[in-house]
Amino acid sequence: MLRFILRRLLLALPALFGLMVLTFIMLRVLPADPSAALAGENATPEQIAAIRAAFGFDLPIWKQFLIYFGQVMRADLGTSLFTNRPVAADIALRLPATIELTFAALIFATAVGIPLGTLAAVWHNSAFDHIVRIVTVAGLAVASFWFAIILQFTFSMEFDILPLRGRLETGIDPPPFFTGLYLIDSLVSLNFTTFLNAIEHLIMPAFTLSLGGLATIARFTRAGVLDTMQKDFVSYAKAAGYPERRIIWVYVLRNSVVAATTQIGLLFGALIAGAVAVEWIYDWPGIGSYAVQAIFTSDYKAILAVTLVVGLIYAFVNLAVDVVLALLDPRVAETL
Amino acid sequence: MLLLKKFLRDIPAVIGFAIIVVVVFIGIFAPWLTPKPEAVFDSNIMARLKPPSAEFLFGTDNLGRDICSRVILGTRGALIVSLSVVALAMAIGVPIGLYAGYTSSISGEALMRLVDIFLSVPQLILALAIAQLIGRGLQSAMLALALTYWPFFARTVYSETRRVRHALFVEALQGLGASQARILLVHVLPNVASPVIVRATIGMGFTILTTAVLGFLGIGASPPDPDWGLAIAESRRYLPDAWWFAMFPGLAILVTVLGFNLFGDGLRDLVDPRLRRSR
Repeated sequence: MLRFILRRLLLALPALFGLMVLTFIMLRVLPADPSAALAGENATPEQIAAIRAAFGFDLPIWKQFLIYFGQVMRADLGTSLFTNRPVAADIALRLPATIELTFAALIFATAVGIPLGTLAAVWHNSAFDHIVRIVTVAGLAVASFWFAIILQFTFSMEFDILPLRGRLETGIDPPPFFTGLYLIDSLVSLNFTTFLNAIEHLIMPAFTLSLGGLATIARFTRAGVLDTMQKDFVSYAKAAGYPERRIIWVYVLRNSVVAATTQIGLLFGALIAGAVAVEWIYDWPGIGSYAVQAIFTSDYKAILAVTLVVGLIYAFVNLAVDVVLALLDPRVAETL
Repeated sequence: MLLLKKFLRDIPAVIGFAIIVVVVFIGIFAPWLTPKPEAVFDSNIMARLKPPSAEFLFGTDNLGRDICSRVILGTRGALIVSLSVVALAMAIGVPIGLYAGYTSSISGEALMRLVDIFLSVPQLILALAIAQLIGRGLQSAMLALALTYWPFFARTVYSETRRVRHALFVEALQGLGASQARILLVHVLPNVASPVIVRATIGMGFTILTTAVLGFLGIGASPPDPDWGLAIAESRRYLPDAWWFAMFPGLAILVTVLGFNLFGDGLRDLVDPRLRRSR
């Protein structure tokens, strides 16, 4: 197993190095004058010249890349034009919020999507099955930023049962820092008011974000279960008189979720991409809203740093998914 | 004929096809279909933020423009953008996938590693960064989306080409001395076409969604263009009073993308039995 993880890790490295080259090219080669791009739209010629000297844009391009490589390796991602703080520190500060949001969305999508897909397969062609199919297709077609606005309109503005934006109500202090995830930190510090408030704030953003994932997971589970139910071992288990429930929820499901699990890795990419607009609308202080701020202020360093960090997280999550898959199905480990 | 019969039995796919036909019709004839052509761009402060009525079917926006007319014109914009993006992505991705899959040369291998790099970040994030760097506006948003979508085509074509590379008919052609270009374009390409068509259909819906996100974030279309994403962004300031302002452009996105997704799923079941979903 350890060998599998190590080899899988080695496979991820070239793409990450390539991503660094790509961001380097985007920053230094794509804009006609990177100094001007870095200085922002309202910079004076003197400021541009100062930046050119300070960032070493007069050096040969390979030297510039080596410097960039060294900086990234030391987690030095430059200074944000917007916050005037190191980008790496900004991202580190905001990352837990994004992790909390995406994981809440992922957990919700899995916890609802798998039973939904299984039941739809068990009650194949029933009214329930049709409803699940319609909902899953629509879930992939809805624009999450629009859905977020409609939810805000309905539950915050019209009925006033859920908070409109933010991670906590103003006046409630964030819990002491352990993990940066408010739900866990407030539980650990036994601060239940904060916990409940954090949950209230999490519900709408997490639900909005989970919609696409829920649809995908339900679809793949449904297809997988339908497929597995045709297998001989299921007929055997039925003939042997095992209880129907046990057959479906234990034997069939275990053999069907592999396809859905593969999707979770891809889904995580979709979740992070979706988090950009969703965080922005709900004013959620994660790296998604940071990226939008960076776009509005033409903060190139910050945008490319977010791209790099997201690539890193994405690679890590896909690695984790492969490990889970190998645990679920040992044959997977053999193929690498 | 058998294919058509099979397709007609797939009700969701037929619904999807019907939606696409209607949407494309609206897109082509948009300038003649707008109920109030004079209220598309010209603001009319007297009629601002009016709820849906017989006069303004979907109500009016913050400048008193007719939302129904603007949604109809937005259909045309969304279709043109996603068609260009998908076409450009195909034009880059399909040849690369064919070449890399067929030749197994070092340059082909290098191209596929490039594909891996592009796929190591979610498309939207990369598109945001590229669109920002080459300058805001609809054109650069389109270019950014195409530059980040071609790897999906390249990968699909690559794996399909690998599959037929050692097929008997290809080896026969090689033996007959057919040129590489001829084998690839005349004989391999038709064999990999169906997954590409499926990918392109679903990609149309997907691109409409991502274009809307870019428009919403202010990187794509700019005012006063009747863009769906842009309209939703503008509508936020007028909630909760003017719910119709946000509602109808979003519904237009939902229905259009739904059409492409349903049709794409149906196509996939039809042309590629290996990927057949149990229904």
